[in-house]
Amino acid sequence: MTTIESSPEAVAVAPSDADADTSSLLEGIAGIFTSTDHKVTGRLYLAGGLLGLVATVVINVLLGVERLDGGDTVLGSEILPQLVDGQLVGLVFATLLPLVMAACVMAVPLQLGARSIAFPRLASSGFWMWFGGAVLTTVALLDNGGTLGGNADAVALFIAGLGLMAVGITATAGAVATTVFTTRAPGMTMRRIPPFSWSALVFTLGIVLVMPVLLGTLAYLFVDHRNARTGFGGNEGVLVWAGWALSQPVTFLFAIPAIGVLAELVPVVFGRRMPMRGVMFGGLAVVGMAALAGVTQQNIQNLPWAGSQLNVDDLETKVRDLVPFLLFNALPILGMLLILLVVLQTARPGDGSRFNYSPAIVFAFFGFAMMLVGMLGNLLYAADDLALQGTVFNEATLVYIVYGAVLATMGAVIHWAPKMWGSTVASAKAAPVALLGLTGTILAAFPMYIAGFLDQPAGTAYLDDDLVLWNIISLVGHALFAVAVLGFIGLVLLSVRSDRSVGDDPWDAQTLEWTTTSPAPRDNFAEIAVVHSAEPLLDLKSASNDGSNA
Amino acid sequence: MHALPAAPPPAPQRQMLVGTSLAAVAMTMLAGSMLAVWALQRREAIDATGTWLPDGTTIPEVPTNVMLIAFVGICVFGQWAVWSAKRNDRPHTVLALGATALVALLVINAQAFVYVRMGLGVGDGTYASMFYAITGMFMALMIAGVVFTVVAAFRYIGGRSGDQEILVSHAIYWYAMSAIFAAIWFLVYVTK
Repeated sequence: MTTIESSPEAVAVAPSDADADTSSLLEGIAGIFTSTDHKVTGRLYLAGGLLGLVATVVINVLLGVERLDGGDTVLGSEILPQLVDGQLVGLVFATLLPLVMAACVMAVPLQLGARSIAFPRLASSGFWMWFGGAVLTTVALLDNGGTLGGNADAVALFIAGLGLMAVGITATAGAVATTVFTTRAPGMTMRRIPPFSWSALVFTLGIVLVMPVLLGTLAYLFVDHRNARTGFGGNEGVLVWAGWALSQPVTFLFAIPAIGVLAELVPVVFGRRMPMRGVMFGGLAVVGMAALAGVTQQNIQNLPWAGSQLNVDDLETKVRDLVPFLLFNALPILGMLLILLVVLQTARPGDGSRFNYSPAIVFAFFGFAMMLVGMLGNLLYAADDLALQGTVFNEATLVYIVYGAVLATMGAVIHWAPKMWGSTVASAKAAPVALLGLTGTILAAFPMYIAGFLDQPAGTAYLDDDLVLWNIISLVGHALFAVAVLGFIGLVLLSVRSDRSVGDDPWDAQTLEWTTTSPAPRDNFAEIAVVHSAEPLLDLKSASNDGSNA
Repeated sequence: MHALPAAPPPAPQRQMLVGTSLAAVAMTMLAGSMLAVWALQRREAIDATGTWLPDGTTIPEVPTNVMLIAFVGICVFGQWAVWSAKRNDRPHTVLALGATALVALLVINAQAFVYVRMGLGVGDGTYASMFYAITGMFMALMIAGVVFTVVAAFRYIGGRSGDQEILVSHAIYWYAMSAIFAAIWFLVYVTK
């Protein structure tokens, strides 16, 4: 007779440690692919965006190396077109869009007091479509595709990859916009939603308007390129017809949530209710008017005055020229100035003001400043009399906008890290990274502004030896920004692996997401709260203080 | 953890309605942008060569006009489904959804008939590639609409008869599709 120490069922049920580890790993991987938790989708966008950012910064450094000598090619002329395309697509579609979308998907449902994002599967599938499109685009560029590529199939794959990314971003944007419209906590009217959620709404509605326009254009380009190649100029026509989506002022629309980060953080840092919330909301909406450029498929609206034309006494012509120029290029700056006005008003010294330092505000402020400089540069770029079109000036503007938005989004990640993975990013180490990022952005972009005024053409080749200095400084700037990005990723990884727990409200904040645990549970909130003002948590703290004082 | 007072059960969220409305906006922007590029290319071709429609190509107008009339039927049937569901009239709701799907399939069939009758190859020049791109987009949205109708019908038949929001959303989708086809009909099939 055999002695059995444990029952056969128990043996069958209890797996070995190795089996349990394998099973747990597989469940974890399956969870990432199938999760409908907005926090997981947001982290996926964040990881994808950081991956795209690293790749794009490396491309920028390589292009900087290529520009050190304006004549000879260092890297080989056969890969330069792909690097230039990689820079353009990388900055906008692989960095800017996924990073700001990550912040929106992670934070907006929590800010609104919602248990989940609306259409969670749509939001998740949006990420996977974006990721698939990014992979296709990368493969196409590696296989001599892109707008100047020599491989026809790879060019078509490049167009299809761009289209897939546009569809994915639109799908997730639709889910975020629906969340803001439909899943707010009781009592949270549209006037009471936090500034960041408002910026997310403006951004996602803009995406819903603009991305289908890009998709329609790409559909024409794809079909024409695969068949007739008569109507749209072949692969070189891709940038002619769809280049507006990779340039200003449409990128202002894509950066709106990054602008909203500063508006969100200032009241927290200064411990005050935000005055003039309507002006803040209006400012963000005015920046959103950049969507007009996408809807009308314009990448620039010039001011066609030069020389003696400036003094032509024809008021009607002047007005006709000025209105579209101001609408496309100056209106977003007006929005930024309105936001800055409210920020300064919130931060002014006075009764009850304090300064509760957070590294996030440093990133957000630097990012805002860089985006504003980029917008001002775009204003100059559009003036024909300055003859900046066709120079590297436009690239510098794009770098200001994207690097600025990246810095601000880093601030958002630091701010909401406790709700995402339960720990904060080390404050003392974060500020130097922000400073490095700011220095990198300025050095990378500002010399290109100067080179633009000195007529350095877009691309990598130039003839004037005096331009070498500015290109060296720009290369150093891109390299510094690359170090800042790596430093930030290191800080985030350390924070994720840290088991140091933080409280539910480490920043002494004002909005609903800080009423739940850190990290936020699967369904975000144990109970949905009733909201009576735009700062529900501040109300609660004030009531508690009043009670304890009495 | 700070504790704000708990809220009563949340009101209906109308997510499907808002989501479908946003989708309708996106579809309209997609079709609008493609029609705008169509109009631009058409004008440039006429300015350059005096013609846009390739020689020997004839657009069969009867099926295209029938498609436009069919969209009137689709809108009526979609709204009939909403009307019946609000009165808990299950047989008529199912009948209306079935009729919507049937007429939508008719439109898809008519578009396929137009392709055959026109006899254009997709590589036969700018007009042909743009024609297939814009009508291909329309066909993709039609197929998505038929899937939407089938899903709405299955949900209703499966017992979710109280969920009328999806039927309203379904009607909104077909209203948007009708507007899109009316624009395509005018610019592509009538103006030529």
